[in-house]
Amino acid sequence: MSRTIKGQNLIKGSSGEWEIVIGMEVHAQVTSNSKLFSGASTAFGADPNSQVSFVDAGMPGMLPVINEKCIEQAVRTGLGLKAKINLRSLFDRKNYFYPDLPQGYQISQFKDPIVGEGEVTIDLKDGTSILVGIERLHLEQDAGKSIHDQHPDQSFVDLNRSGVALMEIVTKPHMRSSEEAAAFLKKLRAIVRYLGTCDGNMDEGSMRADVNVSVCKPGGYEKFRADGSFKHLGTRCEIKNVNSLRFIAQAVEYEARRQVEIIEEGGTIRQETRLFDSKQGETRSMRSKEEAHDYRYFPDPDLLPLELEQAWVDAIAKSLPELPDEKRARFIAQGLSPYDASVLVSERELADYFEDLAQGVDAKAAANWLNNEILGRLNKAGLAITEVPVTASANNAIIRMISDNTISGKIAKDLLDIVWTEGGDPKAVVEARGLRQVTDTGAIDAAIEAVIAANPEKVEEVKAKPKLSAWFVGQVMKQTGGKANPAAVNAALKTRLNLPDEG
Amino acid sequence: MSDPTAMTLAEARDALKAKKMSSRELTGAFVAAIAAGRGLNAFITETAETALAMADASDRRIAEGKAGALEGLPLAIKDLFCTKGTRTTAASKILGNFVPPYESTVTQNLWNAGAVMLGKTNLDEFAMGSSNETSAFGPVFNPWRSKGSNQNLVPGGSSGGSSSAVAADLCLAATGTDTGGSIRQPAAVTGTVGLKPTYGRCSRFGIVAFASSLDQAGPMTKTVRDAAIMLTSMASIDPKDSTSVETPVPDYESFLTQGVKGLKVGIPKEYRIDGIPADVVAMWDKAADWLKSQGAEIVEVSLPHTKYALPTYYIVAPAEASSNLARYDGVRFGHRAASPRDITDLYERSRGEGFGAEVQRRILIGTYVLSAGYYDAYYSRAQKLRTLIKRDFDQAFEKCDVLLTPSTPGPAFGVGAKTSDPLEMYLQDVFTVTVNLAGLPGISVPGGLTESGLPLGLQLIGKAFDEGTLLRAAQAVETAADFKAKPAKWWTA
Repeated sequence: MSRTIKGQNLIKGSSGEWEIVIGMEVHAQVTSNSKLFSGASTAFGADPNSQVSFVDAGMPGMLPVINEKCIEQAVRTGLGLKAKINLRSLFDRKNYFYPDLPQGYQISQFKDPIVGEGEVTIDLKDGTSILVGIERLHLEQDAGKSIHDQHPDQSFVDLNRSGVALMEIVTKPHMRSSEEAAAFLKKLRAIVRYLGTCDGNMDEGSMRADVNVSVCKPGGYEKFRADGSFKHLGTRCEIKNVNSLRFIAQAVEYEARRQVEIIEEGGTIRQETRLFDSKQGETRSMRSKEEAHDYRYFPDPDLLPLELEQAWVDAIAKSLPELPDEKRARFIAQGLSPYDASVLVSERELADYFEDLAQGVDAKAAANWLNNEILGRLNKAGLAITEVPVTASANNAIIRMISDNTISGKIAKDLLDIVWTEGGDPKAVVEARGLRQVTDTGAIDAAIEAVIAANPEKVEEVKAKPKLSAWFVGQVMKQTGGKANPAAVNAALKTRLNLPDEG
Repeated sequence: MSDPTAMTLAEARDALKAKKMSSRELTGAFVAAIAAGRGLNAFITETAETALAMADASDRRIAEGKAGALEGLPLAIKDLFCTKGTRTTAASKILGNFVPPYESTVTQNLWNAGAVMLGKTNLDEFAMGSSNETSAFGPVFNPWRSKGSNQNLVPGGSSGGSSSAVAADLCLAATGTDTGGSIRQPAAVTGTVGLKPTYGRCSRFGIVAFASSLDQAGPMTKTVRDAAIMLTSMASIDPKDSTSVETPVPDYESFLTQGVKGLKVGIPKEYRIDGIPADVVAMWDKAADWLKSQGAEIVEVSLPHTKYALPTYYIVAPAEASSNLARYDGVRFGHRAASPRDITDLYERSRGEGFGAEVQRRILIGTYVLSAGYYDAYYSRAQKLRTLIKRDFDQAFEKCDVLLTPSTPGPAFGVGAKTSDPLEMYLQDVFTVTVNLAGLPGISVPGGLTESGLPLGLQLIGKAFDEGTLLRAAQAVETAADFKAKPAKWWTA
């Protein structure tokens, strides 16, 4: 799918405009109780070296045995990425020395990964969507953690993470702006969280991205898409381990400008691995391609080729939940705007909350209520949707009371404030506090008469300028303690003051 | 019974069962024999106390009528098997005083059957060698010497401590491991029986890895029957080893009485290589006649890729070893260099000090063949050849049931005779490595003595997981060879 790049995504250099091309390798920790090749626990935050089996510690004679749950999670993720599941895949050893790598090699998948090509649709702020191709997904072991800051001349190693299953998800270089890069990771995170295959917790390192950035002259990317040749693209630099959406956008912006400057000053880009310093907001060289390790990959002789049965894969496919794209389409069909739908499906918990909230009421009204009232209050309080103090069903009851004219929209907001801070069943609160809307015309008429009697001069003004009737409505509402139905007040006023219809 | 240590495993088993002697008495005799045989250097660690305690426990179980298949029978364990609470060295300095907090599956199976552990036997460092001279704990001597000579000979390798201990009656039987011939070659040069089972028959869990796709544990015994008894207990289906194969373990001893009538025995013509001593060829021919006279049919078969086996082996095995031995880095266990400057210095000096020359050589070869730019030329081609070598066997086994070959190119050689030339040493495995590359079972059975009075072995090779047929043929060779010779006990003097 080719598309013309939008002007705001081009970088203006001294020699003209440049285009950014981005690919990503995302490491996502597999949600599983035990590690990829051992029975040790994967729970986060345990005491150092308390979740380490003899296999994870690389003890002599220990052998890896694959955890079927991790395989299932990788396949589930592959299916969620609409990717090809490879029924035969291989585990390879990636050899290098480091104290947090007890075996002296990481078991990974090099030539034959478990998942092949797939795609992810990302929705941009301007309402457009683009497809990002997935190159592959493979399983590998995480390493332990080296700790250098606890002793002046010793380092410590925590092997709790050693052997934890990671999925490495590699995209094609299909992203062309920092917004797209961040949107991709956000979408990928939503998908794995919907699937339950990764908790997507970037703070705890459950998800982190290596971002490949290059720049080229406008048009180069189209040529690359046309013939697949990387010669049309610039030399890429890989920014390692970026662990937030904000940092990804910053790192891409910084790195692209750095590359443009170098090229425009007559230099060339060295293919290298760089680090993103989030404090300085810049990328720094880590090692060049020449300094890269020779990992001496070869098939792990301790593990047989992994062979899956199509029927097993099909059973997993049948068990997949509704994913963000499908949910979004359904929400739009229910009357939501594409933007609202995108926002609501971005988090599974939010979408679930919305669905409970919208049960049996107008979807648009429910979305507005969620966006304007609930998310607004959560934002103010710095709370997540999972921490919302008022249940979806309570909110659903409020919306129902608005739509059946039991309460006015204004009262509904007050009511939400009450149950938000004090709790309680909204219906009971309405009854107990007499918040029921007044639709009784007698009561409304009485209030109108009282306002007219107190403000005779206003009657003439309104008759001359019917738009001023809003003042009367406000006064009547005040008179009724906000409980009068505004539509009924309007209608009664019109009759009483002989106002024209469009008034 | 005059000397209980001279019994076979089967004889000792029957004696214990008949309550003619206790495990305590039997074990005590071996403990004494091991002490008297220290000149052979067959053991790295003797575990006399553990042995006697295990013997007592066995005697209690025998009294209670709860005896296992190997109840009370004293065995020696190659020091490559991790034994819980007992130092395990792989004959390397790099493991230091490593005491495993776990037990290998094979040894656990033996203990579950009631066997008694006498100690841990010497070996070539990390099982890399064919003479037991690369051990950090010194060479092992072969109990056999040439007629009229006092020269010390090697016991073969890498399971040289086990072969020496079995031949010298320091144990009833021993465990070995075989990556390229490390059970069969030492058995051949010590007049003992050595069985390398099909890859996947015995679990590799808890065995210090050398080359994972080739390593296989097996028994080293005085007789074919003993090998069958041992294998029945050693073999298992192990969920802790992904390469363990889910095939039920039969009672291998039951195959021994079946004879070889009608069995087709293949003679691979490519094994008639130049430079093999005449007595080796003569014994090979004689063995074919033995089998024929017992009703087997002899057929000539071809294994055309045989000549590529050694080069293939010396790419695949070091490649895997270079990776398997990366974990010995001085960080978590074993030897660590004193006062390292930094992590690189820690690695370089710990490994430089901890690994011997042969191990270092193989790590270097293995690292080289896996390196970028060389992988395709070496490792990848070796894997293709391995497939062809395996196919050779598949095709040969369409024409026959077992293959008959010599075990080694010659008898035991002098200590130090081949240490200066690694290639000369590697030739020791010329008849055995093919079997590991193809993952097949093979057994070495004593065929007789050379003119100078040294044992020679005959190798039989079977189809995958057909150890039963292999043992039948081995039994026939053993019966015909009627090998009763014993080395003079010079080491007890």
